[in-house]
Amino acid sequence: MAEFTLPRNSKIGTGKTFAGPLGSTRLREFKIYRWNPDDGKNPVVDTFELDLNDCGPMVLDAMIKIKNEIDTTLTFRRSCREGICGSCAMNIDGTNTLACLKAIEDIEGAVRIYPLPHMPVIKDLVPDLTHVIAQYQSIRPWLQTASPPPPDRERPQSIEEREKLDGLWECILCFCCTTSCPSYWWNSERYLGPAVLLQAYRWIADSRDEKTGERLDELEDPFRLYRCHTIMNCTRTCPKNLNPAKAIAEIKKLMVLRR
Amino acid sequence: MMASRMRSPLGRAIGLGSAKEGVDHWWAQRITAIALVPLSLWFVASVIGLAGADIETVQNWVGLPLPAILLVLLIIATFYHAALGLQVVIEDYIHTELARLGLVVAVRLLSFGFAVAGIFAVLSIALGSTS
Repeated sequence: MAEFTLPRNSKIGTGKTFAGPLGSTRLREFKIYRWNPDDGKNPVVDTFELDLNDCGPMVLDAMIKIKNEIDTTLTFRRSCREGICGSCAMNIDGTNTLACLKAIEDIEGAVRIYPLPHMPVIKDLVPDLTHVIAQYQSIRPWLQTASPPPPDRERPQSIEEREKLDGLWECILCFCCTTSCPSYWWNSERYLGPAVLLQAYRWIADSRDEKTGERLDELEDPFRLYRCHTIMNCTRTCPKNLNPAKAIAEIKKLMVLRR
Repeated sequence: MMASRMRSPLGRAIGLGSAKEGVDHWWAQRITAIALVPLSLWFVASVIGLAGADIETVQNWVGLPLPAILLVLLIIATFYHAALGLQVVIEDYIHTELARLGLVVAVRLLSFGFAVAGIFAVLSIALGSTS
């Protein structure tokens, strides 16, 4: 059955509070989820006060400042700090997004930061993405062809054919959408989730790919594809403003068209 | 999946593979939904029109060809749609395989039974059986 309360060892307590510098005029609270696999304790939420006059504009800037100046044990993934690597995906102010693209200004009151929902946590804000990456691997996210490539150049694609990939290729696999989907929360073992289905459609929509039928065969499944109930959390949360729900609808449409 | 802890992540993600079905279920759910829009509106309007009527008037109405046909269609679409929808709800929330299978079978048998009972009731009136 679905679980409606957190397991006992996941109940979140109150952690430490780190007061901001005296005399600062723009203090802001950052409430950050902390969990350490080594100390055997339940997760807690620590409170850090920062002076926004002495901090970069994005949530990631604040987190790096905390790690550098207040608590070096704060653990999170980050790399490019410009919304292209997808590493700093987390739940900020109740919505999955990239810490590097989320402006502190856009949040009212305390900035609440949690790991991506419903994923096993490795430490603090680092989720275990092993399964969802394996699901991505399972859809064979590369060009598959039967005919050999032209000997002297790339496989040709018209401008119109290339345009069909717009809104798909921009996906950076941050999994904000997948981890926002209730259907994925309940059935992640078998449901592929919005990010992987958008990627699957990216190859189905590619005019150069010659395994479209096999790709659709692999997706036609009550769980892999049809757990999508058009809840639309995926599209609402995507930090790149993509539309995974539409990509899934396109796959469902092709399923009917090829009957 | 406790027993598969040594299995590779990819092996676990692939699981038993694709069932290669699901499109018929999904498509039938849409078609019955479309059918139910006019049928339900017609049924509600008819019931409002019959408000306060005595049993003979209602039986006469059910016995007319068009209402009888539409009622049978409404019963088929309703229970077909309900069975498909309930199956999805069960698959979403019941994660014990035996319980899930048992409930899906129960929903199918019950909705089929209810549909046959409803159709029989309409036909008895329409075809003039008195029992």
